[in-house]
Amino acid sequence: MVAPIGRRGFVVKGAAGAAALSAGLWPLRPSHAAATMDFDEARHLLSRTTFGATPAEIRALEAQDYVATVDRLLASVRRDAITPPPGWLNEGPAELQRQVQAARAEAAEAKKKAGVDGKALQPERPLQEQGRELRSWWIDEMLVTDQPLTERMVLFWHNHFTSSLQKVRFPPSLFRQNALFRREALGNFATLLKEVARDPAMLIYLDGMRSVARQPNENFARELLELFTLGEGHYSEADIKAAARAFTGWTVDRQTGQFKIRDNEHDGGEKTFLGQTGRFDGDAIVAILLKHPRTAETIVEKLWREFVSLKPDPTEIKKLAAQFRANYELRPLMRSILLSAQFRDPANRGGLIKSPVELIVGTVHLLGLPVPEKTQLVRMMQGLGQMPFDPPNVKGWPGGETWISTYTLLLRQQFLRRIVEATTVASMEGAMMSSSKNRRIERREQLPMKSDEGTMQMAEPTAEPRPVEGRSLRSAGDEAKLGPTLSGVDSATLLRTLLPRAPIDTVDPSRAPGATVAAAMLDTAYQLK
Amino acid sequence: MGRILLLIELKGGNDGLNTVIPYADPKYHELRPGIGVARDHTIQLDEKVGLHNKLEPLMDSWRAGDLAIVQGVGYPYPNRSHFRSIEIWDTASASNQTLSEGWIAQAFKGAALPKGVGVDSIVVDTNALPSTGPELRTIVMQDAENFLRQATALKDTGGMKDGGNPALRHLLAVRQEINGAAKGLADKLRAAAAPAEAYPQEVLLGRQLDLATRVITAGVPVVTVKAALGGFDTHANQVQPHERLLAFLATNLAILRKNLMAANRWNDVLVMTYSEFGRRVRQNASGGTDHGTAAPLFVMGGGVKGGLHGAYPSLTDLTDGDLKHTVDFRSVFATVAQGCWGQQRDFGVRQLQRLGFLS
Repeated sequence: MVAPIGRRGFVVKGAAGAAALSAGLWPLRPSHAAATMDFDEARHLLSRTTFGATPAEIRALEAQDYVATVDRLLASVRRDAITPPPGWLNEGPAELQRQVQAARAEAAEAKKKAGVDGKALQPERPLQEQGRELRSWWIDEMLVTDQPLTERMVLFWHNHFTSSLQKVRFPPSLFRQNALFRREALGNFATLLKEVARDPAMLIYLDGMRSVARQPNENFARELLELFTLGEGHYSEADIKAAARAFTGWTVDRQTGQFKIRDNEHDGGEKTFLGQTGRFDGDAIVAILLKHPRTAETIVEKLWREFVSLKPDPTEIKKLAAQFRANYELRPLMRSILLSAQFRDPANRGGLIKSPVELIVGTVHLLGLPVPEKTQLVRMMQGLGQMPFDPPNVKGWPGGETWISTYTLLLRQQFLRRIVEATTVASMEGAMMSSSKNRRIERREQLPMKSDEGTMQMAEPTAEPRPVEGRSLRSAGDEAKLGPTLSGVDSATLLRTLLPRAPIDTVDPSRAPGATVAAAMLDTAYQLK
Repeated sequence: MGRILLLIELKGGNDGLNTVIPYADPKYHELRPGIGVARDHTIQLDEKVGLHNKLEPLMDSWRAGDLAIVQGVGYPYPNRSHFRSIEIWDTASASNQTLSEGWIAQAFKGAALPKGVGVDSIVVDTNALPSTGPELRTIVMQDAENFLRQATALKDTGGMKDGGNPALRHLLAVRQEINGAAKGLADKLRAAAAPAEAYPQEVLLGRQLDLATRVITAGVPVVTVKAALGGFDTHANQVQPHERLLAFLATNLAILRKNLMAANRWNDVLVMTYSEFGRRVRQNASGGTDHGTAAPLFVMGGGVKGGLHGAYPSLTDLTDGDLKHTVDFRSVFATVAQGCWGQQRDFGVRQLQRLGFLS
């Protein structure tokens, strides 16, 4: 029996192993077939399967058997979130609609009144408020989960089976879709695909709910073939039309928001799809797609780009896809990927660019920053181009190199610099430049901030909170208060924890730990995983 | 072509009522018995309003007709949080709307910008939100020397090895592009002549405007430069600190005007001040004022049609003790976007007000 790995389960081994590390930094030894992991390989495994790991988390894997560790990682996947769901989870669209209308009426009333008694009320916006809570809930889960790999997979499926709040406008359905992604995160792809086809958020997002026998809507059918399974060039327009007819009548109950089939709107006639003819319904289409070799290849290739490298190896993809297609179990597939020679090849370390979500969640986790309010993190993700629950289009975030432009690289540096400058003096709450739009924070701003616990002296909120001078990570030297995740760790180990490869710019590992952390976070290599 | 917008943020919420003073209104003196500006400390602009006499250095510009004062600028459902309200201004959003892109970046959506030296917007304070967005290459440069030093230090990194790692290769290429912008800037700035008249160096704004002046006179092809003056959050004993701030502002703006005129760039620049909100009409119990709503803003430049624009808000018809705005700030932004860059934008306002401060 294997013990599950959890962040809380890690045992801190102390600084014994660290001293040995400071000798030679990042030696490129060809040891990828080794049975046990060294520090760097443990780091690599965690950097690809979590949002980033602390020294203690890496050390807990060091010298462990690689295969057994991968098996433990995969055995302990969660199927449910730890974080309690938002309260409106079970409200149907009718209820949300009622709230939105009530809020509109209230706003209109307030507008009328504004001239009379001058009481300008802030109009309530239930939809936006729910969206905000939904995003915060997920970021919360990413930060508190004991199984970050689960959330990495949920994010992967969110980017594969995209749905956007901007179009769906019904947060409970996106919450349930997210729960589906978690349930099947490393479960079974065939199950997942069948469930996604009848998922209310998907039915709203790709107009399936409007698709009826008289007038089939092709939107879902097209993306199902082009993006979710086969990929372009492996089907015809006629296949799309046939698939669209097969899904007609699959819709969302307007009262409850649940999936339902309206038989009288379904086209029960004969269809020819990918060379087969029959009176297919949606499930039959999904079954045919699952038999097609391209479906497994599409998924394997995408997982490869997410977890291994930006250059999928075609031979390896075909081999893995053939195995995957036997039963579409995701766990054995991920096991093969993580055990592959390519994944373990030291040359692949640092070969992927962190997504904004990874960068931000990972940094907060790594530094152990207290972030009671997630809105600002979400705003930064939005600025960097990855707003959870709002992918730019049905193709999702293209990722890879597109994460980095002159604009986003500067913004990433700015975000990291702000954290570096503020970490020792204040929680993220007061340290971020971008402001909050949320009422709770604004209420807090009315109160004088506490000046104990080394936070800023800020009786009066100002537009530009500044850390106390000389107390930043960069310049506080030994005085720098690193969080519990990093304190007591020597500079050389910190550097090897934070960076997947040698720093791009010169970082002096003999400097104080706080300065090393600051330098490493601002190094270009920190953008890599 | 076009004009450079030099944006000056007055951080903390400038007390508009003690800046452009409704001196003839008895209500003003009634609501501000302790902090109201006396009539003989007011420079009359017309029969109703006047400037605080600490703003005297601006009078050259006023008399020359290149200083416009837009009165009563604000927005519906005003928010009184510093953070939120400046965000509303910087992104030209409605009070209940959250946008992530700055208004200047929005103004260039779909517009082709010349490549220039690799930078479109330079922020010499810390808040880059107005020009934040994929449309503009914005560089934040609080400390020019440090920035230029970094650019110089990066000169010999062309041979940085990516070790066959395509992700790193891309990162280094992008970084190179940023460095390129910085270097282009460095060369231009090194070649720039010192301003004809030195700015007082004891205030941050002076150092910022020194850099802004060099950027503009060196011909760096940017669309905007942003600076800031902090300290306007005057909740207590505000008379002297506020007077000092107004004096700083006016002195620096007057020097800026002289310098840009001497460099023959005054016609190519539009200077505009703004603040997240004005302050409460009635003074508080601490001899200060609390967060309010509408306030006037200053617009200067060779192409500006000077004088008073917009209506001064009534001191008797208040909302919750606050002024009702008469000009939506997004109408001001629309006027600037058109007048500076030829970009027609409505910033989501259905009926923009026509403001005549730019011909």
